[in-house]
Amino acid sequence: MNIIDDIILHSPALIVAIPLLGAFLTPLVSKINDKLRNIFVIFIVLFTSAIVLLLANDIYLVCGKIHTYVFGGNAPITEGGFAIRILFEVDGLNIFMALIATILAIAGVIYSWAFMKENTGLDKYYTLYLLMIAGMYGMILTGDMFNFFVFLEITSIASCALIAFWTNKGKAIDAGFKYIVVSATGALFVLFAIAILYGQYNALNMAVLASKIQFSFLDKIALVILISGLAMKAGIVPMHMWLPDAYGRAPASVTLILVGVTQASLYGALRMIFTLYGGKLTTTMNQIGDVSIDLNLVLGIFIVGLALLTIFIGVLMALKENNFKRMIAFAAVAEIGYMILAIGAALTTVFSTNDAGTGMMALKGGVFHILNDALDVGLLFLVAGAIYYATKETSLNQLGGLARNMKYTTIFFLIGLLAVSGMPPMNGFASKLIIYESTYQVNPILSIIAILCSILLLAVFVKVFHSAFLGPKLPKFDNVKEVPKSMLLAMGIIATIIIFIGLFPDMVVNYIVQPAVNALTNNSNYISNVIGGI
Amino acid sequence: MIEIQDFLRTLATNSGFWNPLIWGIIIFIALLIAYIIRGRGKKEYKKQTEQTKVFLSGNPELEKEEMHVKASNVYWGFMESFKWLYNGLEKMHTGNVSDYILWFVIILGIFFIILGVI
Repeated sequence: MNIIDDIILHSPALIVAIPLLGAFLTPLVSKINDKLRNIFVIFIVLFTSAIVLLLANDIYLVCGKIHTYVFGGNAPITEGGFAIRILFEVDGLNIFMALIATILAIAGVIYSWAFMKENTGLDKYYTLYLLMIAGMYGMILTGDMFNFFVFLEITSIASCALIAFWTNKGKAIDAGFKYIVVSATGALFVLFAIAILYGQYNALNMAVLASKIQFSFLDKIALVILISGLAMKAGIVPMHMWLPDAYGRAPASVTLILVGVTQASLYGALRMIFTLYGGKLTTTMNQIGDVSIDLNLVLGIFIVGLALLTIFIGVLMALKENNFKRMIAFAAVAEIGYMILAIGAALTTVFSTNDAGTGMMALKGGVFHILNDALDVGLLFLVAGAIYYATKETSLNQLGGLARNMKYTTIFFLIGLLAVSGMPPMNGFASKLIIYESTYQVNPILSIIAILCSILLLAVFVKVFHSAFLGPKLPKFDNVKEVPKSMLLAMGIIATIIIFIGLFPDMVVNYIVQPAVNALTNNSNYISNVIGGI
Repeated sequence: MIEIQDFLRTLATNSGFWNPLIWGIIIFIALLIAYIIRGRGKKEYKKQTEQTKVFLSGNPELEKEEMHVKASNVYWGFMESFKWLYNGLEKMHTGNVSDYILWFVIILGIFFIILGVI
C-alpha cells in the first residue's frame, strides 16, 4: 500500500484533523511571523483540499461507493452486530458537500490575506477560521448523530466569535449574540432529538438508526425537532431573521464560510429526512383527523409551503434593503427557498411509482442548486467585501460610479449577478431550469412563483449594479483603487468555477450531482454498505 | 475518466434541454445581426454638438453627484404600491432575538400539528 492509498484510507479523519490541528498551531506560528502564519493557514487549507479531492476521486471511481472510516482501531461490535465506535461515512452526498466546503475554504483564506491585513488579533481570527472549517467538514462527513451535534456546536461557537470579530462595531457584537442564541437553541433541540432516538434504539450511528427506526410516536417528535432545529440553522423563513444580521455584520471572508455552514445544516436536514427516515416515509401514513395521507406527501407539502414563503419574503426584503451585505443576505434566504422548493417537490413525488422521474429531477435540481448558490452568493459577498475594503461604505445610497475605479470587481459582480438571478449561460440558470421544470410538473403555480421571484431577484441586483457601479464618478471616491490581488484571486477562483459549471452543466450534473442524488434516495444501499462495511 | 465529449453534452431536463454552447452560438448570431443593422445607420451626425448631447426634456444638466439616482429611490413606485405588505414585513423583522426564537416555536408547533403528534 503506497502513501496515497494510506491517505485515502484515513482521509475522512484527516480532512477534519488537519484544520483542527492547524487551528491550534496557528497562534504558535503567529508568534514567529504574521506572513508565515498566513502562508501556514493557506497551506493547511490547500493540503486539506488536496485530501478532499483524493477522496472524491476514490468515491466517484466506483458507482455507489461509501467510504466508511471507524475511529479507534478495530471496530468493537455490540451484541446486535453494530459498531459502537464513532464512524465517518462518505458517500456521493457527503463528498459533494465537502467539495463545496473546499472551494469556499480556499477562496476564504486567500481573500482574508489582504482583506483582514489591517486588523489586529489575526492569530485568533485564523484559529477560529480553521475551527469553523474543521467543524463544517465534520458536520458533512460524520455518520454519527452525537458527533454531528458536536461539530454543529464547534461551528456555531467559532462562527459566533468571527461574526463579532469587529468588536469596535457594536452591531457586530449584537449580531454575534443573536447568532449564538439562535444556534444554541437549534443545536439543543437537535441534541434533544438525538437523545430521544438514542433512548429508543440504543444507537447513535445514522445507518444503524435508519435500519432500526420504527416511526413511533417518539420518532415523530424527534423528526419534527430535528428538521425544525436544522431549518432554523439553514435560515428558512420565518426562522431566517438571524441570517441578515449575521451575514451583514461578519467580515466578508467569514460570511463566505457562513454560507457553507448554513448549507451544512441544510445537508443535515436532508440526511435526516432521506437517510434516517427515508425507509419509513413511503410506508407510513399520516393520520390527520379521519384522513390518512402518505407521510412523504404531508412532509413535502409542508416544505413546499415554507419554501414559497422563504423565496417570497427573501426577495421582497432584498428589494427594499439598501445595505449591500444585508441585501445579499436576504437574497441568500430566497436562494435557500429554491433549494427546499425542489426538495419539497421531490418528496411529494420521488417515492411514487408513476411519478418518480419528476421527483428525481427535482432533487437533482435542488442538490445542484446547493452548489450553485454557495458559489453565486459567496462571490457576491466577496464583492461586497471588496467594495467595503475600498470605500468603507456598505450603504448603497452612498455608493456610485465604482465601475470606473474597480473594473475587475465590477466584472466579478456582473458574473455573480447573472448567476444568482438564474440568467443564461451561468450556473444558476441550469439548476433553476431543472427546478422550474420539475416543480411545474408537480404544480404549475410553484414554477410560476419561482420564476417571478427569480425575475425580482434580478431586479434586486440590477439596483445594486446601478447604485454602486454605474453613474458618474463621485468626487469622494476619486482615490478609490482596485482591491489587492489576493482578493481578486479569491473572487476569480469562484467566478471561474461559476462560468465552468455554467458552460458544462451536464458534466457537473453527471459526475457530482447525480451521485449525491443517488446517495440521498437509496437509503437501503447506505445502510447495507455502512453496516456491512464495518 | 472525463472525456472530451462530456464537455459538449446537452443537459436533459424532464421535458426540455439546455446546452450553453448552442445558446452561445445563437446569441453570437443575434449580436452579429444587430451589429450589421447598426452599421446601416446614419453616419453623418456631428460630434460635440446638440446631436450627441443627452436630452433631459429640456432641463439643464445637474451636477454629477446629483445626477446619480440613489438606491432607495430606484424602486420607489414599487415600494409605495406594496407599502401595506412591507409594513407587515417590517413588523415581522423586529431585530429582537426573543422574536426569532418565538418564530421557531411557532413553526415547531405547526409541524407537530401537521405530523399528527399533537
